[in-house]
Amino acid sequence: MSIRARYRLARGAFVLDVDLDMAGQGITAVFGPSGSGKTTLLRLIAGLDRAPGHLEVNGEVWQDDTARHFLPTHRRALGYVFQEASLFPHLSARRNLEYGMQRVPAGARRVNMQRILDLLGIGHLLDRMPESLSGGERQRVAIGRALLTSPRVLLMDEPLSALDLARKQEILPYLERLHDELEIPILYVSHAADEVARLADHIVVLDSGRAVAQGPLADTLARLDLPIRLGDDAGVVLDARIGERDATWHLVRADFAGGTLWVRDTGLPTGRRVRIRILARDVSVALDHHERTSILNLLPGTVAAIADESHPALALVRVDVGGQPIVARVTRRSAATLGLAPGMPVWLQIKAVALIG
Amino acid sequence: MTPEDLLAVWLTLKLAGTTTLILLILATPLAWWLARTRSLWKGPVAALVNLPLVLPPTVLGFYLLLVMGPHGPVGRLTESLGLGRLPFTFWGLVVGSVLFSLPFAVLPIQNAFAAMGERPMEVAATLRAGFRDRFFSVAVPLARPGFLTAIVLAFAHTVGEFGVVLMLGGNIPGETQVVSVAIYNHVEAMDYGAAHLLAGGMVAFSFMVLLSLNLLARRRQT
Repeated sequence: MSIRARYRLARGAFVLDVDLDMAGQGITAVFGPSGSGKTTLLRLIAGLDRAPGHLEVNGEVWQDDTARHFLPTHRRALGYVFQEASLFPHLSARRNLEYGMQRVPAGARRVNMQRILDLLGIGHLLDRMPESLSGGERQRVAIGRALLTSPRVLLMDEPLSALDLARKQEILPYLERLHDELEIPILYVSHAADEVARLADHIVVLDSGRAVAQGPLADTLARLDLPIRLGDDAGVVLDARIGERDATWHLVRADFAGGTLWVRDTGLPTGRRVRIRILARDVSVALDHHERTSILNLLPGTVAAIADESHPALALVRVDVGGQPIVARVTRRSAATLGLAPGMPVWLQIKAVALIG
Repeated sequence: MTPEDLLAVWLTLKLAGTTTLILLILATPLAWWLARTRSLWKGPVAALVNLPLVLPPTVLGFYLLLVMGPHGPVGRLTESLGLGRLPFTFWGLVVGSVLFSLPFAVLPIQNAFAAMGERPMEVAATLRAGFRDRFFSVAVPLARPGFLTAIVLAFAHTVGEFGVVLMLGGNIPGETQVVSVAIYNHVEAMDYGAAHLLAGGMVAFSFMVLLSLNLLARRRQT
């Protein structure tokens, strides 16, 4: 199960040149600044635009120039969510939702209408016309409409960027539920770091029409050789599960692959899967285990690599914590004083941990 | 109203109705092409379609008479097909009216197609609708106001036509004598009372048409 896309396109000064092998499950974020070719790539995969190349989605060839094969958009089993909801204004929410579903043979429908209505919380909107829906409601209907075609892949082009912050917060939980409950791979184009950190399992980083990195999110963010910043700062994202709750101190324990972290109790139930983001600037490195410190989260690990930061005073250190990479930002002087080198056992002191989603 | 006048009214409505129907079938693909194409032919084709807006009807009628006459290419074709000659027949008038009212049907539909942008059709394609499917399920309903305007304008413009009819059809009662020609006849015969009846009817009709267009436009805004 994978999506293989190879394209070469020169449009004036803009050149898109990619050879991607994307995961056939989970959410793959296509991340990059505006003008990097994210939307172009998505439109090529959808067949809305055309460029020389090769495209294979979960074993089905959608474009093969050597065989002069190009499947038109309406024959590709995909769902597409545009930046603006783009509901058909002349159809009610129900008829919008049914539009694509009715065009899929009954035997090929794998997505249940009621399930989608529940998942997206749009059951009460069915008889409304698009003009009477809020921006967030429209986008949820548009997502449902795309999903009801039982796509092999869901393409989402900055689906939240036309919404204000409150609407974004309204939709993000629904997107997480899609991710957790449906087995449809999602390609999620975005330039918003918080969305990527929260939703993505895999990431493709585009810059000026080229893929500068691709792979699992945690690994890719922990690479030191790439200036990949979700936002202003380097940092990693870990998947964890809420374990124990410490009612006395209002803390919960989040268990991840390499250890545990104590975080502020925000009321999440135990057993719930969460994402944790740790910025490199909030992590410091010590050679010994300091008991007498205000820092709650101390993790043992092994230095994996050291690299220069953009400022000459700083360095990034990648530390392997039970298989999970965590990146720390230290001054180069500290790195030299401590004599940090790959293979060295160290203790990480984590000052701040952000629970996302 | 004399039976002859009633016949003229009926003939006018029949001509306008037939013309409008044919125009819808003809103008829709033409309007789509003009709204979407990037071809170099767009300019010349658009100019040709819009020619009747600026040409005197007599010029159009004159050339149609020549082309459809016994020595014209279309005339020879219709004769060899056993259809006879078109000038001075109802169907000759239909051909003339269709060409004469073409821009009034094409322009509103073309504008409606252009205004809706590429997005709705792209969305429909991602929802598995092939071209014909999405054209009729998305493009046509979204362009509905344009179609309504085109129908009203094409019908009304055909009703109000005089020059092309006179050049091409003459004045045969029951075959080519439409209201505008009948009014001309009454005035020539100094029968102002009969002329008033038809002319007043035309004024009322035209007023209703413009009023309904206005209402259509207002409904579109809300």
